[in-house]
Amino acid sequence: MTTRIGILSIGFDARAQTSLKKLQNLGYKDITDLWIIDGYTVDKSFSQKELEQITSKLSNPVTQEYILRTAKTRVKPKKKFAYVIEIGFLPGVTDNISHTAKEIIEDGLKVKFTESEGIYSSQITFLEGKLSRKDAEQIAFSMHNPLIQRSHIKSYSEFITDGGMDVITPKVKIVKKPQVDLVDLNVSDEELTNIGKSGIKNKDGSRRGPLALDLTYMKTVQKYFKKEGRKPTDIELESLAQTWSEHCKHTIFADPIDEIKDGLYKTYIKKATEVIRKKKGKDDFCVSVFTDNSGAIAFDDKHLITHKVETHNSPSALDPFGGAITGIVGVNRDTIGFGMGAKPVANFYGFCLADPRVDTPLFRDPELSNKMLSSRRIMDGVIDGVNAGGNQSGIPTPQGFVYFDERYRGKPLVFAGTVGLIPRKIKNKLSHLKKALPGDLIVMIGGRVGKDGIHGATFSSEIMDSNSPAAAVQIGDPITQKKLSDAIVKEARDLLLYNSITDDGAGGLSCSIAEMAKESNGCVIDLEKAPLKYAGLEPWEIWISESQERMTLAVPKKNWKKLESLMTKRGVEATVIGEFTKSGRCVVNYNTKTVVDIDLDFLHYGLPKRQLVTKESRIKKQELRIKEPKNLNQTLTEMLSRLNMSSFEFISQQYDHIVQGNFVLGPLQGRGRINSDSSIIRPVLSSSKGVVLSQALYPRYSEIDPYLMSACAIDTAIRNAVATGADPDRIALLDNFCWCSSNEPERLSQLKQAAKACYDFAVSYGTPFISGKDSMFNDFKGYDKNGEAIQISVPPTLLISSIGIIDDITKTVSLDAKIEGDLVYLLGDTNNELSESEYLAMNNATGSKVPVVDSDRNKKMYHAFYKAVQKNLIASSISIGRGGLAIALTKKAIGGGLGINISLKEITGNVSRDDFALYSESQGRMLVTIEPNNKINFEKAMNGNKFKLIGKITKEQIIRVNGLEGNEVLNVRLEDAAKAYRKTFKDY
Amino acid sequence: MNKPKVLIFSGYGLNSEEETAYGFELAGAAPDIVHINDIVDGKYKLDNYQILSFPGGFAYGDDTGAGNAYANKIKNHLWDAVNRFVKKDKLVIGICNGCQIVNNLGLVPAFSGDFGDRKVALSNNDSARFITRWVDLKVNSNSPWLSGIETLSLPIAHGEGKFITSDEDLTKLQKNNQIALQYIKGEMSTYLDLPANPNGSTDEIAGITDETGRVLGLMPHPERGMFFNQLPNWQLTKEQLVRQGKKLPTEGPGLQIFKNAVKYFK
Repeated sequence: MTTRIGILSIGFDARAQTSLKKLQNLGYKDITDLWIIDGYTVDKSFSQKELEQITSKLSNPVTQEYILRTAKTRVKPKKKFAYVIEIGFLPGVTDNISHTAKEIIEDGLKVKFTESEGIYSSQITFLEGKLSRKDAEQIAFSMHNPLIQRSHIKSYSEFITDGGMDVITPKVKIVKKPQVDLVDLNVSDEELTNIGKSGIKNKDGSRRGPLALDLTYMKTVQKYFKKEGRKPTDIELESLAQTWSEHCKHTIFADPIDEIKDGLYKTYIKKATEVIRKKKGKDDFCVSVFTDNSGAIAFDDKHLITHKVETHNSPSALDPFGGAITGIVGVNRDTIGFGMGAKPVANFYGFCLADPRVDTPLFRDPELSNKMLSSRRIMDGVIDGVNAGGNQSGIPTPQGFVYFDERYRGKPLVFAGTVGLIPRKIKNKLSHLKKALPGDLIVMIGGRVGKDGIHGATFSSEIMDSNSPAAAVQIGDPITQKKLSDAIVKEARDLLLYNSITDDGAGGLSCSIAEMAKESNGCVIDLEKAPLKYAGLEPWEIWISESQERMTLAVPKKNWKKLESLMTKRGVEATVIGEFTKSGRCVVNYNTKTVVDIDLDFLHYGLPKRQLVTKESRIKKQELRIKEPKNLNQTLTEMLSRLNMSSFEFISQQYDHIVQGNFVLGPLQGRGRINSDSSIIRPVLSSSKGVVLSQALYPRYSEIDPYLMSACAIDTAIRNAVATGADPDRIALLDNFCWCSSNEPERLSQLKQAAKACYDFAVSYGTPFISGKDSMFNDFKGYDKNGEAIQISVPPTLLISSIGIIDDITKTVSLDAKIEGDLVYLLGDTNNELSESEYLAMNNATGSKVPVVDSDRNKKMYHAFYKAVQKNLIASSISIGRGGLAIALTKKAIGGGLGINISLKEITGNVSRDDFALYSESQGRMLVTIEPNNKINFEKAMNGNKFKLIGKITKEQIIRVNGLEGNEVLNVRLEDAAKAYRKTFKDY
Repeated sequence: MNKPKVLIFSGYGLNSEEETAYGFELAGAAPDIVHINDIVDGKYKLDNYQILSFPGGFAYGDDTGAGNAYANKIKNHLWDAVNRFVKKDKLVIGICNGCQIVNNLGLVPAFSGDFGDRKVALSNNDSARFITRWVDLKVNSNSPWLSGIETLSLPIAHGEGKFITSDEDLTKLQKNNQIALQYIKGEMSTYLDLPANPNGSTDEIAGITDETGRVLGLMPHPERGMFFNQLPNWQLTKEQLVRQGKKLPTEGPGLQIFKNAVKYFK
C-alpha cells in the first residue's frame, strides 16, 4: 500500500518566503501567501506505528509537523489556498532525497525495500491569492523542468473533492525483453548517412538517436564488418560511435587541416609543451601531460598538483542544474581518475550566458511546443548546479567567472574544473603511472547504470535541435560520489589495491573500459553483471549509458576480496563485470552471448582521417568612431553596472571556498569584497607553498582577430596569476576551445589562427599546456516566437586557465589598496586598442584594432615584478583586463575602502583620448601600489620596463583622474562607484 | 603527559575531518579520523577516547534536514556508547554539520542532563541560500572549549544555520548560560561591512552547549580560522606589520578552541 508523507514547517520557512518573493518579482503580485510541503510517496506497506516512526525520523519536531495519507484517507488543507502545485521527478531521474529517506527507513526500522517497492520525493507548493489556472500553469512551468520533472496542479476545490494530491509513483516500467539487434550496413549511402545522423532504426521505424558518424566513418565501419564477414550488432555500432565521437576523439583537432598534416592539437598544443619542456631542461615542472584524465605538474618534492577543466554545454542547455552539477562532479572524477587517484582540492567554474534580464523566447520545434528555458532560468540553474556539486563534495570553489553575451542564448557554456593533489609516490611506486594487466578484474564502483545520459557523447558532438535526446540529461548525486572518492583517494589507493583507474564519463563503460583495455591490450566483459537502477535496459544502453558517479578499476584477482570488503564498509557498491586480457580485442558478452567482438586497434585507431579545409573570412570593421562623452563620471558608473564588470559576490559567497582549510586568497578581496581574477590555495596545510589559479577569455575579439583573441587570453591568464605573486617560470596553462559550426571552413580558419597563437605565445612565455578539452558545435537551431527558423552560434570562445606554484604564500599580493599615501604605478603601455572592448560594446560601436601582445616585453616585466613581490615591495596589485584601467583602479579603491587620485598625463603608449585611456584593453598592464618608502627599490626592481608613477591612494573617498591634458576628467565618490558595482546582481 | 585522544567521525559526506584533525594535532592532541562504520563494526571504541569530534560536511547531502540522517545512523547503532561518553568527564565538539548532528542527537542542550531529546533545530538561513563569510562572536559560557576567550572571529559556511527553539527552551538556554556563542558586530563584520547575524538565528545564537559546557555545538568553523592567512584582512595586516618591521603571525583565532580542549586534560 502506498502512503504519502507530507512534512511542513510550523513557523517561518525561509524557502517559502524566498519562493514567494521570486514569484512576486516575476509579476504575480497578487499572491499573498505561499507554503511548502515536502512530500514522500512511500510505495511499501507499513503499519500506522511504523509510519509514525518513519515521519519522526524524516522530520524535526522543533520546527516541523507532518501529515500522513493513504489511498483510503483524505486530508484537509490547513488553510484556504487558490492553487497547489506538486513537482516530482519523472521515472528514472536521480532522486537524491528519496535515496537518503530510503536509507533512513531501512536502517532505522531494519527493513528492506524490494526491487518493486520504492520511495519518491516531491515538493508541494500552496499558493493563496488572486490567480487564474493559467497563472498556476505558468508558475508550475517556472518551477520545474519538464525534461526531468512532472508537475501536477489542483485548485482548492479539486483538492477538497479529491481529498488531497493524487498518489503517483514514478516507477520505471520497461516491459521489453532486452535484446541485441543486428544492423544491416549493406545499404545505400543515403541510408548509411541516415544511420549515422539519426541512429539505428527500431522495428517501428523510429530512430534510436544520433551516432554522429558521417558517411566516411560509416563506410569505414561497413568495410570493417565486411572483412569480419558479419553484420555488426547495434551495441557494436553504438560503441564505435561513442569511441569515435568528436567528444571523445577530438577529431577536428586531430585531423589534417590545410597544410598541417598532424592536425592542430599535435602541431600547436602538444608541440608547444614539448618545445617548452625541452627548453626548460632540469627546470621542467611538467610530470604528466595530455595522457591522463588531468594534467599534472610538480608541487614539491613529495606531491604533484593536477588540473583539468571540462565543458558541459549541451546538457546544461537542456537542464541547467543537472548539466552543471554533473559537469562539476564529472570533472572531480577526472581528478580521482588521474594516475592512481588524486584528491580534489579546489573547484573552478565559468559560465558564459545571455543577459538574464532579457527573455527572448526560443523554441526547439516549429510548432512552438518545446520551449527553451529563459536566460534567467539557465543562469539560476547552472549556478545552483555547481553550488550543489561543489559544496556537497567538500571541495572549495575559490575561483570562477561569469561572462555575458547574447550569442550564448541558444547554448550556454559551462566550464567546470578541478585541481587535485597526489603524493608523487605511493609505497615507492610512481603515482602518476598506471597499467591494467591481463588477468586483472574489471571492477565498476559507485553508482548504478540507468537510462540517464544515453548518447551524451554523441549528442554534444552535434548541433542542438528538436531531436536532441532528453535522455541525455543526468542529475548528479554528490554524496554517492563523495563516498567513492573518500574510499579511493583516502584508502584503497594507498593500499595499492588496484593497478589502474579511470572515470566513467562520456560514453560510459564503452569508453572507459576500451580506454583501459589499451593498457593490457584487450578485455572481456559480462555486461549482465553491471548493476542496474531498474530492470529492462537494452545491452547497448548499459554499455554506453553515462549514469554518474561511476569509475572503473583494474583489480588484481588477489586483491578483490580486500577491495570488495573495503568498499562494502564504506557504503560503495563494487562489482566485477569482466577481465582485462591480451587478446587484442574488445569482447562484450551478455548472458553468455557475445554481442561485441571488435579489434581493439580498429576501435581506437580505425577512424579515418578527414582532410579539413579552411577559408579565411575576416570581418572588416570600421575604424574606431565614437564621440568622446562629456561626462566620464556617468560612463564609469554605467560601465561598473555592466554584466561583465559587476560584482557577482552572490555566487562567490554561496560557493564554499574555505572548506579543507586551504584558503589563502579568495574570490572576494579586500574590505570592499571585490571579485578577483585569481585565487590562491594552500593544498598541503603543513607547507608554505601555494597554488594560484586564474583564467581569461576574450570571445568578443574572435570575429576581428582570432589570433590576437587567443594571444590576449594567454597573456591575461598569465598576468592575472603574476599580479597575485605567481612565479612566471612556473605557470602552466589549460585550453578549452568552445567553437561553433566547426564544419564550416570559415570557422575552421578562425580555429587554426587561434590554435597557432596558442603555440606562439605559450612557447614565448614558457608556459606549457598540460590539459585541455574542446567542444566544437555550440550552435542552436530552432525557432523564434513567430515560428521562423533561427540559428544562434556562440562566438568562438577560448578559455585559457592558468595554474602556478608559489613557494611562500605570505609573498602574495591582493588587489585592494592598503594604506593612504601609497604610490600608484601603472605598468605597461596604454594604446588605442578598444575594438570589441567592453567600452565599445556599451556604446554599440566597433573598431578594427584589438590589443596586440608583446610577449617578450611582458615576460621581462613579469619577471621583474615577481622579484619585487618576493622582496615585499608591493602593497597591492591588479591585472588590467576587461574594462581597462578605469575598472582596475575603481576595484582597487573600493577594495581598500580608500580613494585614489591619478593623472593620465604621462602614461606610456599611443593612447589619444581620455576615454580611450580609461577603457583601452591593452595587454601586459598592471596597476600596483607601493609604500612611499619603497619608491627607489621598486623603481630599481622595475628598471628597463615600461612603468609610470601616476598618483596615490587617498583618505578622501573619491576616485579622481586627471586626463591626458592634465585637467580633471573623472571625479566619482567611492560610495557611488561601489553602489554601481554591486547594483546589477543585488537581488540575485 | 599523554596527548588526549580525539576521535573524529567521518563518512557519508562529512568532509572537514582532515583539517579538524590538523587543528587538534597542532594543539597537541592525538586525533584519529574514523569512519562511522568502523565504530559500528567495533573496530574502534569510543571509550578509548577523551574527545569526540563531529566535523563539518554535508552528510547525506543535507537530505531530510542537515545532520538528520547521520544522527539517525548514530541513534540506530551507537547511541549507548555516545550516551555513556557524554556522561563522563570528557569533551565533545560538533562543528557546522557536526553541530547539526549533535543538535539532532540531542547532545545539546540536554536540559537536566537528559541527553537524546531534540530541542533545537537548525533551519534554512533566512536567505534560503548557502553562505560563506566571516563572523564575530561573543562568548558567554564557562565551557572548557571556550575558556579564556571573550570574543573571537571565525568563518561560517552553511545553508542551514539558523537556530530555532521554543520560547520556553530559549529562556532555559539563557538562564543556564548554554548559549555559548552569539553573533556580534565586531572586527570582521565591520571590516567586510556585513550584518552581524548571517542567517537570522534566534537571539543571535551561533553555538550552544549542554549544561556542563563539555559538549559544544557551533556553526562557525574554528579549523578554517586557525591560520593567519585564513583571515579576510590578513593582506592588510601583513602590509601594516611589514612596514613596522614586525614578524607575521602564523596562527588564527580558531586554534585556541583546540588548545583549550588539550588543556582541559592536563
